[in-house]
Amino acid sequence: MNLTELTIKQAHEGLKNKEFTSVDLTKAYLEKIKKLDKEINAYLSVTEDLALAQAEEADRKILTGEFGMLCGIPCAIKDAILVEDQKCTAASKMLENYVAPYNATVVKKLREAGAVILGKTNTDEFTMGGSGENSAFGPTKNPHDKTRVAGGSSSGSGAAVAANLACFALGSDTGGSIRMPSSNCGVVGLKPTYGAVSRYGLIAHASSLDQIGPIAKTIEDAEIVFKTLSGKDKMDATSANFEFRISNFELKGCRIGVPKEYFVKGLDPKVEKIIKNAIKKAEDAGAEIIEISLPNAEFALACYYIIVPCEASANLARFDGIRYGLSGPKGYPAKDLLDVYLKSRGKGLGPEVKRRILIGTYALSSGYYDAYYKKAQEVRQLIRQDFEKAFEKVDMIFCPVSPVLPVKLGEKTDDPLAMYLMDIYTISVNLAGLPALSLPAGKAGDLPVGLQIIGNHFQENKILSVAEQIEKSIKF
Amino acid sequence: MISKEEVEHIAKLARLELTENEVEKMQKDLSAILDYFNLLNKAPSPDKILQENKLGGQARKDEILPRNASLTEKIMAAAPDKKDDYIKVKTIL
Repeated sequence: MNLTELTIKQAHEGLKNKEFTSVDLTKAYLEKIKKLDKEINAYLSVTEDLALAQAEEADRKILTGEFGMLCGIPCAIKDAILVEDQKCTAASKMLENYVAPYNATVVKKLREAGAVILGKTNTDEFTMGGSGENSAFGPTKNPHDKTRVAGGSSSGSGAAVAANLACFALGSDTGGSIRMPSSNCGVVGLKPTYGAVSRYGLIAHASSLDQIGPIAKTIEDAEIVFKTLSGKDKMDATSANFEFRISNFELKGCRIGVPKEYFVKGLDPKVEKIIKNAIKKAEDAGAEIIEISLPNAEFALACYYIIVPCEASANLARFDGIRYGLSGPKGYPAKDLLDVYLKSRGKGLGPEVKRRILIGTYALSSGYYDAYYKKAQEVRQLIRQDFEKAFEKVDMIFCPVSPVLPVKLGEKTDDPLAMYLMDIYTISVNLAGLPALSLPAGKAGDLPVGLQIIGNHFQENKILSVAEQIEKSIKF
Repeated sequence: MISKEEVEHIAKLARLELTENEVEKMQKDLSAILDYFNLLNKAPSPDKILQENKLGGQARKDEILPRNASLTEKIMAAAPDKKDDYIKVKTIL
């Protein structure tokens, strides 16, 4: 038996039946990380001692016979989520040596459930990017083709699960950052409804959109992790009173919307074929396929890339070289307070982060606010209304996650706008605060393609249930 | 096209030191991105602007919550320059 290939459910059964211990599992992953991760670069840090101590603790709990589904299961945490006393870099030079003073609520919940933390995974710097290439510590490579990107921003989490370097992982999603790497790496990723999971302890990117969610090998596993993470948290005022219940929602008779605006020029025919095939499978299983319209879809990308930089420029003002992080870098002595700000941020932040701070500052500056930020907020309302109308007619929406296959490393890094365009199918979901998942739907050659299933607010149970039925019917 | 001076002005507002090369690159990138935003001029306006309450979020009471002393220590330990329990900053004027 190869321990690192097991799903959460299978590993749990193995632990229950005393076939192996959590220490065995954890060691198997740690060895595999040592062997493979030099090439993939999924991890920014491996918390070996912590993981082994947690595994021993889990094994003691397992001996009592009373333990939950995640007890003793090794996982990876995106390096934008705080794990107490461990480095949290957000893949930025700014936080290269920053040590987290407390646990994020999601980490606290995983720890209470007995999960074992193997390490912190790579991401685009401050989670800003769709390919993983904006990490200050080198890109994560796609385990299916190491000349290609893993997808971002939760690049390390997607690649770690795909390469069996973790049983599951946490990612965060502001505009596709869980779904994109899941699609590119051929694993399951769930971006929950805005408010379904506490963001306390997640390094903020754009606060009206950010959500934490699971990346896993199967829908069932994603469901187990989501159930553990979700719920109200007094430390996050935007978290909702929401109790997730796993339920059966039949694919037969399910009304599935397919937005006509999403199947147009720019969509790679190879991706389109795989997505259409998945839709056909659903239809064959008795689902009703309904063409829908999201008339304001064409404005979503511009709307998103105004709102996000505006929020990010405010959120990242905290990195000022005073309270934590890089300060007055060596060799560039600052003469006064302003100089500390300028130099710390100038040296500590990478190109994409700077670009977004500049766009946000520009769009919020006097004279431009109405034309950009206010207009974008109005369009955001239209986009949300498009989905409201659609969900009057359908139970969920099927579409691609990405318009293209995973790109070659470096292929689009010189053209930020071309990079942004790859987010075209994922960003609207965040603007509307909806839940959506990526389900592996097929492969073009070696390259995985994800089907995106979008649900109505707090209907994770519906999309997970239908996804599980499709997961069984698609074999590739 | 956004000017070099505009980029430098925004960078100063955002407290970002940019090199010559960075200013040039940002001038190019920002111009392309801002041009793309013009697409929104084509977008309709909503019939009425809804008050933003759907995103949730409530203000909590402004009160001091008890925390472990160790948390305070860890937060202080992260400060780059300090004396005793105070964070040091450079002269302002």
